[in-house]
Amino acid sequence: MDRLTTALGYMRRNGSLAVGIVLLLALALFVGIGHLVVDTSKSRPLSAPALRPPSVEHPFGTDRQGRDLLATMVAGTPLTLRIGFIAGFLGVGIGSVLGFVSAYYRGTVDTIIRSIVDIGLTVPGLLVLIIIAVSVKKGLTVDQMAIIVASLAWLNPARTIRAQVLSLRERGYVEVARLSGMSGPEIIVKELMPNLLPYLAATLVNTVSSAILASVGLEVLGLGPIDSPTLGMTLYWVNFNAALINGWWWWWTAPLAIILVVFLGLFFLTVGLDEIANPRLRRAV
Amino acid sequence: MRDLRVHYATPLGAVTAADSVSFGLRAGERLGVVGESGSGKSTLALAILRMIKPPGRIDAGEIWLDGVNLMTLSDEAMRRVRLARIALIPQGSMNSLNPVMRIKDQISDALRDHGLAPSRRQVEERVRDLLESVGLRPEVADMFPHELSGGMKQRACIAIAISLRPRVIIADEPTSALDVVVQKQVMETLARVQEDLGASVILVGHDMGLMAQFVDRLGVMYAGRLIEVSPVRDIFTQPLHPYTEMLIASLPSLEQKGTFRGIPGLIPLLRDLPPGCAFHPRCPHAVDRCRVEAPRLREIRPAGWAACHLR
Amino acid sequence: MTTLLEARRVTKVFGGGLFDRGPTLALDDFSLAIDGDRPSITAVVGESGSGKTTLSRLLLGLTAPTGGEVHYDGRDLQAMSRAEWRAFRRDVQVIFQDPYEVYNPFYRVDHVLTTPVAKFGLASSRAAARALIEDVLRAVGLRPEETLGRFPHQLSGGQRQRVMVARALLLKPRVILADEPVSMVDASLRATILASLRRMNAELGISIVYITHDLATAYQISDNIVVLYRGSVAEAGDVELVVKQPRHPYTQLLLSSIPEASAARTWMADTAMASAAVHDATGAGCKFAARCPSVASRCREAAPPLFQTDRHRAVSCYLHQDAPRLAPEAMVRAFAEPVAGKHSGGA
Repeated sequence: MDRLTTALGYMRRNGSLAVGIVLLLALALFVGIGHLVVDTSKSRPLSAPALRPPSVEHPFGTDRQGRDLLATMVAGTPLTLRIGFIAGFLGVGIGSVLGFVSAYYRGTVDTIIRSIVDIGLTVPGLLVLIIIAVSVKKGLTVDQMAIIVASLAWLNPARTIRAQVLSLRERGYVEVARLSGMSGPEIIVKELMPNLLPYLAATLVNTVSSAILASVGLEVLGLGPIDSPTLGMTLYWVNFNAALINGWWWWWTAPLAIILVVFLGLFFLTVGLDEIANPRLRRAV
Repeated sequence: MRDLRVHYATPLGAVTAADSVSFGLRAGERLGVVGESGSGKSTLALAILRMIKPPGRIDAGEIWLDGVNLMTLSDEAMRRVRLARIALIPQGSMNSLNPVMRIKDQISDALRDHGLAPSRRQVEERVRDLLESVGLRPEVADMFPHELSGGMKQRACIAIAISLRPRVIIADEPTSALDVVVQKQVMETLARVQEDLGASVILVGHDMGLMAQFVDRLGVMYAGRLIEVSPVRDIFTQPLHPYTEMLIASLPSLEQKGTFRGIPGLIPLLRDLPPGCAFHPRCPHAVDRCRVEAPRLREIRPAGWAACHLR
Repeated sequence: MTTLLEARRVTKVFGGGLFDRGPTLALDDFSLAIDGDRPSITAVVGESGSGKTTLSRLLLGLTAPTGGEVHYDGRDLQAMSRAEWRAFRRDVQVIFQDPYEVYNPFYRVDHVLTTPVAKFGLASSRAAARALIEDVLRAVGLRPEETLGRFPHQLSGGQRQRVMVARALLLKPRVILADEPVSMVDASLRATILASLRRMNAELGISIVYITHDLATAYQISDNIVVLYRGSVAEAGDVELVVKQPRHPYTQLLLSSIPEASAARTWMADTAMASAAVHDATGAGCKFAARCPSVASRCREAAPPLFQTDRHRAVSCYLHQDAPRLAPEAMVRAFAEPVAGKHSGGA
């Protein structure tokens, strides 16, 4: 109980964190309650009359293929988020391991990893993703999307985490740990990682953000899992059917609004976490 | 300065960084303010210039300079007082030089800010004169801070501080990061500059040796209060306050080897001060009165003030 | 005399790579031997740029010398087996200067004590470990109840440094390298920490290498002193001789620059005898030549060797060239014998 009050007190001071959490909680509620209230099977084509504007029966309206858009949103949002989370966690996981190893051991290992990362970062990511997505012959599943995005998502975390560890490894306590008989991996896990947890969290949120953006991007181009009602795919259909010109405003408003909430929520969360991760703030009195 | 009180509002409660501090500074005098960490001495230096930033605040007290109470001035008026009448050489000032500006620009910035830059040539001359007065070659004007050694950077800071011919120079630990040989050069520069200007100097620091050799009068701070003020010679021959006495006894001498005599116990945290006299838990002469009543600074002998019940 | 820890004609050069401004000679043909038979306290005094930090890193095996060797118990550090290295890590401990940086802010201060106990197998059970830790804390004047379980930011600088001293004691080392142990500690607490160091030497027979820029504390604590200037030895020997009757112009300059905490005002009266330091000393010759008031032409030609001017002192200056020469590795022959129990314990 005591921890909760301190946590809430902190959130009152850290506005961004609070806003971010609120937005994401709202989204979670939407999806959670949505799954209980709405029949998600209506997110499949031909479940409802086509192109109806919002009404009591179909609060978000329907699209050209006869999908109930509320159901589509409720079913699709977690799918998009899942891609983001899987890719984000994979990306940060791989990236941090490589970043830690590279920065702590220096030498040849560092040079190799660093070169790969630097070269990888110069290559336009979206282009690579498109090429990979196009090469996959069969229909893509949501999880395969996640892996594709993750294949590039680890590059940036590797670089930024490496930079952080480079500065941390010069600290006095690392030297003391070495003199106390700790081995390299032990120092990485026990001494360096705990101090980087806030930074890792911020990087994670960042990577999840980019992953969602990348996946939505691919989907809008039509390279995503064609049968899934993800947010990006919905936008693809919006584009395909020229919904904008045709005046079917309800079709594109819903996914865009949700995407907006997702990104705003993640953005505020990042800002809030950055404040925690900032060493100037971290040092207690 | 009369009854100055500064407090900081921290998440853990209000912390009184300086309490009831009163002292006077004569023209041309060198006053030292010595204290260990948490004594409030740096707070004092900043308070005189009203440079205490939130969450700190000057609660009470007056600071009189030439008949004007600085506490009553507007922000704009106070800004003009800074540097022109009272200059500060802040702690770590070598690192507060702008790394991407040449020295001459940093000095002329200050001049320009106070409206004293009539023409480019006059500014250049003034910069050259200032550098000469602190013992730096004229070429230094065109250099960047990283091209100078620590001692030279500190002397450049002194040059900035005296550029407007202030009446009071406050030096906050000006030599703490410098080697002992360079320290002497910088202090000699400060002394020379002070004599030229006829200004007074308040030297804030923790090095008793430096105080002994540089200042005329010395104030000793402990846990936010001024506990002794005396001419410096008197402090070293006959200290009035037990803390001063024990502090001097703990200093390593180069005369002969002796036993190590530290002061037992710990310096109290400002947010957790003991009742009564803040020093009583560590004082070998403490009596009951010390535990309940905080002593006030009183004149014990001519020009010798101390805050102690035993005197 | 059996040598315990020794730097043998050690040279350390930094930089000199493609993009560096030029190589820096941090230590130049430096030798120092710590006696294994009689525990002593040796001070190494120098200002910034003297090479004293480099020396401490070399003696701890944290860096390798560019030239020369560092030996422990007769074995070259670079050639040690795993077991020998472990023994070295146990027997040679360090106290660093910064009592803030050496603590991982994520852990309580206990962490810095429990780690070596675990890694070196000093205790067989948790209870034994706890007892051992409490013992060493008490040995440095700290109360375990007030210290253990706290986070670093909850302790003062002096307390933190004392915990570091306690940590050094845990492994019952034979040598402790104290690198500016009190320069970041308040004046009133310094004496207590220095008294602990002296006590450890007198009662536990631990040799101490005390590295500092502060001549006064070096004088108070040590038996012998080495004065470093830009990587070379200026003067070395019995600390009473070197401090009371300095022979090297640099030592004299150093001593005259120290403001004494007494009523006598002599400091400002002596005008500085040497001009401001020039940047890197280049070329052959005595490193102090550019600032020396007694400089002669031969000072710029070749660096002076060590001359043993007294039984217990050696100077590296041509002013004393009539005295017998001393080879760099033999510098310790000019050291005075530490008298066991000569120093009283102190507060």
